[in-house]
This record gives sequence, structure tokens and C-alpha cells, in this order.
Amino acid sequence: MRLVLLAIALVFAAPVLADSDMPPAYWANRQLPNPQQEERAQSLMQEIRCLVCQGESIADSDAELAGDMRDLVRRRIAAGEKPASIRSWLIQRYGNWISFRPPTQPIGLPLWLAPLALLVVGGLLAASRLKRRRSQ
Amino acid sequence: MTGWLRFAPILLLVLIVAAMLWRLANPPDTTVHSQMIGKPVPQFALAAAVPGVQGLSSAQLADGKPKLVHFFASWCVPCIGEAPVLDQLKKQGLTIEGIAIRDRPDELAGFLARNGDPFDRIGSDPESKTQLAFGSSGVPETFVVDGRGVIRLQHIGAIEPNEIAAIRAAVEQAR
Amino acid sequence: MIAETGLAALWLAAALSLLQLALGFAPGMLKSGSGPIRAVAVLQGVLTLFAFAMLLLVFATTDLSVSLVAENSHSAKPLLYKIAGTWGNHEGSMLLWVTVLGVSGAALAIFSRRLEERTFVAALGAQGALALGFFIFLLFASNPFARLNPPALEGRGLNPILQDPGLAFHPPTLYFGYVGLSVAFSLAVGALVTGKVDRHLARAMRPWVLGAWIFLTLGITAGSYWAYYDLGWGGWWFWDPVENASLMPWLAATALLHSLNVLAARESLRAWTIMLAMIAFSMSMVGTFLVRSGVLTSVHAFAVDPKRGVFLLILLAFYVGAALLLFALRSGKLSEGPEFELVSREAALVGNNLLLSVILGVVFIGTLYPLFVEALTGAKLSVGAPYFNAVVGPIALALMALITIGPLLNWRRDSGERLKRLIIPALLGLGALVILLIAVPQDGLLAKIGFGFAIALFPASLIPLLGRKLRRTPLTTYAMVLAHFGVATAVAGMSISSLTTSETLIAAKPGEIVSVGPWSIRFGSIRPVAGPNWTALEATLYATRGGVIETLKPQARFYTDPPTATTQSAILTTLTGQLYTVVGQQVGDRWQLRLWWKPMVTLIWLGGALIAFGGALALLGRAWRGWRKGGVR
Repeated sequence: MRLVLLAIALVFAAPVLADSDMPPAYWANRQLPNPQQEERAQSLMQEIRCLVCQGESIADSDAELAGDMRDLVRRRIAAGEKPASIRSWLIQRYGNWISFRPPTQPIGLPLWLAPLALLVVGGLLAASRLKRRRSQ
Repeated sequence: MTGWLRFAPILLLVLIVAAMLWRLANPPDTTVHSQMIGKPVPQFALAAAVPGVQGLSSAQLADGKPKLVHFFASWCVPCIGEAPVLDQLKKQGLTIEGIAIRDRPDELAGFLARNGDPFDRIGSDPESKTQLAFGSSGVPETFVVDGRGVIRLQHIGAIEPNEIAAIRAAVEQAR
Repeated sequence: MIAETGLAALWLAAALSLLQLALGFAPGMLKSGSGPIRAVAVLQGVLTLFAFAMLLLVFATTDLSVSLVAENSHSAKPLLYKIAGTWGNHEGSMLLWVTVLGVSGAALAIFSRRLEERTFVAALGAQGALALGFFIFLLFASNPFARLNPPALEGRGLNPILQDPGLAFHPPTLYFGYVGLSVAFSLAVGALVTGKVDRHLARAMRPWVLGAWIFLTLGITAGSYWAYYDLGWGGWWFWDPVENASLMPWLAATALLHSLNVLAARESLRAWTIMLAMIAFSMSMVGTFLVRSGVLTSVHAFAVDPKRGVFLLILLAFYVGAALLLFALRSGKLSEGPEFELVSREAALVGNNLLLSVILGVVFIGTLYPLFVEALTGAKLSVGAPYFNAVVGPIALALMALITIGPLLNWRRDSGERLKRLIIPALLGLGALVILLIAVPQDGLLAKIGFGFAIALFPASLIPLLGRKLRRTPLTTYAMVLAHFGVATAVAGMSISSLTTSETLIAAKPGEIVSVGPWSIRFGSIRPVAGPNWTALEATLYATRGGVIETLKPQARFYTDPPTATTQSAILTTLTGQLYTVVGQQVGDRWQLRLWWKPMVTLIWLGGALIAFGGALALLGRAWRGWRKGGVR
């Protein structure tokens, strides 16, 4: 189902991004020679959203623009840039949407605090039932 | 279970249903908008995309005159339909700079021959780097850049004839 | 004619569900007993099943005068996919949904004998109410039997990705799971109406929840494996909104299952159990809504139709709202069960419920957060794997600790004596963690700790069998052991594969040798091949790691109806892991090869299967016990 929809999405994306017949960028489908760098690049690519797909990361997407973005990520990592800096460069251009890792600043704070809040509330609920028991 | 806590799940349900109703009434907009509006144009220096027409650099976008920066490609289907609109804008005195995405000189030359060439300069962006730096996500897209090199507007997709006035107004505002 | 018969059956069934609802809650019901409503429920189920059979027939014969068939099928399709195509679209899958709902109700009417009469009648009435709403939706907004006049000359074809054995089994399996939970929902409603939440309710509810849960576990596991081998990227879970929608009912059902054991054994956790029973099916309905309404962007989403979305939302709001209201009004009347200490099996299961509920809550919040943010502020953000992994991971680890400890505790109060038996498993786990910390220096602390827990859980899950006469141990104990062992297996697979997977991405020429992990792979050749409705470029790869040479043939495939390009991965499964190969685009005279060596990855799905198998043993064990003791207990 998902690839179908992906294919359909790509077809619909055609007016905005049909296929050029240029080959993919050099580092779009090549691994960096340094394994640690490649791993850092891979981790980052898994977290960056493809601009023209339905919810895939640039690591998983076959779209051309995704390939160009992979090339960008690999080049910058190879040049020594930190993944966090590349991510924030992309966020400056496309907004928080492009990162699968939600922000922690005000807008994402409730999200990151939610697990803790749920644990506390749930824990209190559970504990109160235990206590009620013992005091009876 | 204590009093009010028993009704909390219902409150939650109401909130969720409200959010869903909002979403059903406002379908998701899947276009990705650039966040570079109001920011200076990113630094770039692109080689000529076609022999005979100069390449484009960011310095040239801060020469005091507001311009249109148009991302396009010879393989971009809606760009063909948009060509007359760009011609119109050029005739009305606007300066249009082009950035060709993932294109070959010969195919680009053919495209310009067939559809007209309203561009002052055309930079070649073979790996979409400048496109990414602008926060653009496809072709065709048009940016209005003011005289100091600050991005003022992004228009996603082909410019329709009835949008010419709005584009001109935006360029006026950018003076 | 067939289609009309099916439609007529649906209308009749809908009318019967209205009758069922009335009979369930009519004041004078107690006098007539449960006979009439049972008959109505059974008839309704049979008619719905008949309607579904008619739809199957219409698809199997590619009756192009039926609009749905014309839109989604094709006469050249293999028969298996013609039949499976029945549920490969919105209307057909909705009919499947309603069929399982009806058949579950019928089965409840036939097989449930232990439950108190009034509760049982009210439960059947609730089931009728559920069916009625969905019948209305089906008949007025998603008619599968709509005719096309004049008939189409040929169908539009079933999308190629769906032409896979996975399609044949994945949706029905999941639907048996989701919709099977409706019985738990109805029983909970019935019990709230009569106020009788006790061990009899638990014992009546348990087989249904077990059955649905087994299907859900299998469905999710199978879906994960299908995505893994079909998508060509080797991922097995993406935290995609629709995947999350399938996970949430499973989480609720798992918590419910454990809660039911407490209710059955000790009559504690009454309110919690009822709430979980209602939440589980509510999550099923929420999932159905999310997938079909276009509210969330997902590669998985079904037909996107806001009007249908509104309809489903109203149904959902009504059912869940009514159930929650009933709970709010009546749960106060539920008496507390007997006490238990902090160190006791009940407490461990409360902890288990708590953690599962927190995971459920987190997945729910994470999935809907972008929507809330956009509604309130207009800003767009994405919540994906980095969030879910970071948050769910640690909680899941805490859960694993409980799985290790809980089964060893006594009910009500435990001195902690038996916990001494955990010393060896704990040391083993710690040892495994230390080894990993040294051997795998790069990131992945969560995965390493997870592996440590898994190594500890493997022996720990067997401890309940220690010192017992194995032939006299109840099947349900074996079931628990197996299911928990399955959890350890799955977690071990997840950890090891995430820590040690190697990938090689390379543009190679035929004749070249590339390596990935311990494997040496020669790119033999690439040639065109053709299938029934596709053509492909098939690469031949020869892989070896010092011993036998294996052949793999990944393909880049092109379907004609509708025109689509896909990649078919070629996977080699060995005892120590899987070699996963994909062939991609041509670049000049070279071909893009993507190769992975994933150690131990199959443990993930093996674990899922073991968990489901454990559930099946439990179901069998209780049925066996029931037969041996001659029925009512």
C-alpha cells in the first residue's frame, strides 16, 4: 500500500518535480569512505524528511531532490560539520517540519514532557489505590 | 475513581474530536514553504547554465533593484505554460533572474528557444544546492528579492496570468 | 444479481442490528431471557457473512458491472489477488470490518455460557449498537455493491504493491484483531450497565481478548515483515501514523489481557479493566478513522475522503463518548476488590498496565501532536522515529524488568524470596551489556541495554517452570513462559540488528565483487525478465562468506496496470541473520546496488510469532480446562 501511494504521490508531484535526466549527485548513493562519518550521515538522513514524499526520510526516498539532499548531508559531514548544525541549517530553510526529531523549544516542550507527565499521573493513580488498600 | 477524574477522559475525547473536525475542515497543505522570507539571500555563485548567458551570483541580487529569482528547468512541464506569463512580466519592466535546476546546456538552450528567454542571467544548479539554500522544494518557484538582497516573497508553482498584478505589487513593495 | 443479493443481505442485517440493540436494552428483556437476542445476533452475523461472500464472488469473477470491481480489479490478475483485492480498497475493507463485527457478535451469542444473563443481554445489545452505526456508514457512504452502468470493459487494476501474499493475509488478520476487541467493549458496557464486574466477566471476556490479541500480534508482526521485504530499505518499523494506529489497540489489548488475569484471579482492578476494554476498541475505531479520513499524511493511508471522515468521526465520537460517559457515571458503583501489597503480582501487573498505558499515551500524543500544533498555532512540525524511539525505548526497558520479576511474585503479598532466582539471569544480562559496551563502541546505548535485558529475560522467563512437575503444569503457564520468551527474542533481534547491521551502497559493473559485513558478493549479470503483469531487470548476485555460494536475484520491476515501478529485494536467510539485496537505477554502465547484512534480524518476527503462539497456547489451555471440568466453573 505504501509504495503505491508513494508512486501516486510522485506522479502527483510531477508538475512540481518531474524527473530530470541528469544522473544523481555524486554522494547521493555513495557511502562516505570514513565509516564513522557515514554512520553520522546515515543517522541524520534518517531524521530529515523528504520534501516531495509522503512522510519518508531522505535516506529511504528515491526522489531526485532527496538524493541531492543526501549528497549535501554527506559532503558537509565529510567537511567536518556536525549533524546538529546541518539539521538547523535545513530547519532555517524549511521550518521544523523537515526534521522528524521535534524541537524542544517552547513549541515541542509539551511533547517531550508528556511521557514524564503521564508516568507521574499514572503513578499517582496507581499509588493512591495501593495506599487506600493499606489504610483500610 | 475520584470524582472529576472520571470525567477527564470525556474532556480529552472532546478536545480530540474538535481537533479532528478542524483538520477535516482544513485539509493538510502539503506544499513546503520556505522560511527564508525576510532573510538575506544565501551566498552563492552559479556558473552559466547556457553559453551566451551569464551565470548568477548572490552579489548581483543586492544591486539596489528588486528582482525576481525564478527556479525552473527544461524538464519542468508547468514551466512551459508559465513562459508567456514570464514574458509579460519582463515586458512590464521586471528583471527576472533564472536558476536552472539539474539541467544540461543543450536541453536548456532548446527550452529557451521554444519558450522564450525572459531571463537576464541564468545560473546552473545541477545538484539543487542553491535551491535548498533558498528553502525551495520544487520547480517552478519564483522569489521576489529586494534591492538589498533580502527575500520578500515566495511563489510556489507556475505564476498564473491573474497573479501578474500581485507579483508586480510585491516587487513594488520591495523597492 | 449477486451484488443485489449481497446488498439486500446487508440491509436485512442492518435492520436486525437495530432489533438487537432494542432487545438488549429494552426494560422487559429479563423475562424472555437471552434466547431471542441470541437468535437475532446469530442471524445478523450470518447475513453479514453472506453479504461478504457475495462481494468475494463478485471480485473472484471480475464482475465489471460492479463499480468497486471496475475501480480496483483486473481480469488478468491472478485469482489469489482477485480475491484479496476484495479488501484492498476502502468499501471492501469496510465490509470486512462490519462482517467481523457481526460474526463476533454471533459467536458471542453462541459460545458464551458462563456470563450472568442480564450482563450478557446488555453486551449483545451494545454489539448491536456498534453494528448499526457501521451498517449505516456502509450503506449510505461506502456501498460496496454499487453498480456501474454501463459496465466497464476492463478494470483499473490492483496496485502492484498489493499483489503480494502479504496482502492476502495482513488486513484480514488485523481486522479479526481490531474488530474482535469489539466484544470486549460490549461486555464492558454490559457489565457497567448491570454493575457486575467480577471474575465471571473476566473469564467471559478473556478468550475474546486473547483471540483478538493473537490476531493483532500476528497481523502487526506480518505487516512489519511485509514492509521490510517489500519496500526495499530494510526498515521494519517507521512510526508512521498508520502503523501507530495499529499499535495502539495492541498496547491496550496487552494491558487488558494482563488486567483480566488479575480480575479473574483476584477480582481486583475492576475499573481499570473496564476502562482498558473500552479503550482498546476505541483505539481500533480511532485507527479506522485516521486511515480513511485523510487527517494524517501517511504513505499507508487509504482512500482520502473528508465526508467519510466526518461520518466516521461522528460514529467514533458517539460510541466512545457514550462508553466514557457510562463509565464516568457507573464506575463509582464498582466496589473495590481485595487488597494487595506493593510487592505482589497484582502490583507488578498494575505496573505493567501503567507502563503499557504510558506507551499508548505517548504514541497517541506523538501521532496527533503535529495536528494539535498546527490547529493552535499554524506552525508545522514533524514527530517521527527520533521522538518515539527516544521515549518509548526506556519505558519498554522498564516494562522488560517487570516481565522478568512479575511472574515470580505471589498474589496479594510476596516476601521476595523467589526473586533470588533472578540473580543468575541478572548477571548474565549485565555480562551481555558489558560485552556489547566493549565490542560495539559506537552509539546505541538503548539497544545495548535492551539486549542485556533480553539476555536476562531468556532464562528468567523459564523460572516459573523450575521445580514443577512439567507434565502437570497447566498449559497456561507454558503459554506465559512462551510469550515472555518471545518478548526476549524480539527485543534481542531488535537490539542486535540495530547495533550490528552493515550496509554497502555501490554502483557496480557486472563481474565486480563487493563486500558487506562478512559477505563477498559478485555481481554476476543483469538481464530483462517478465512476469504475468510486469517486466523487470533482474540482477544475479553470487554471495559467499567463505563457504557455499548462494544466488540472489533482486529485481527492478515495472508494472503495466497501473504503471508503477517497484524494487523486489532478494533476501538470503541464514541462522545468523539476513543478507538483503536491492538493485536500483542504472548509472552509465553501472548499476546501483544496495546491500545489507543484518545479523539476527529474523529474531524480531520470530519473537512476534512466539508471542502469538503463547497466546494461542493460553487460549487452548483455558478451553482444555473448560472441557475437562465440564463447562461452568
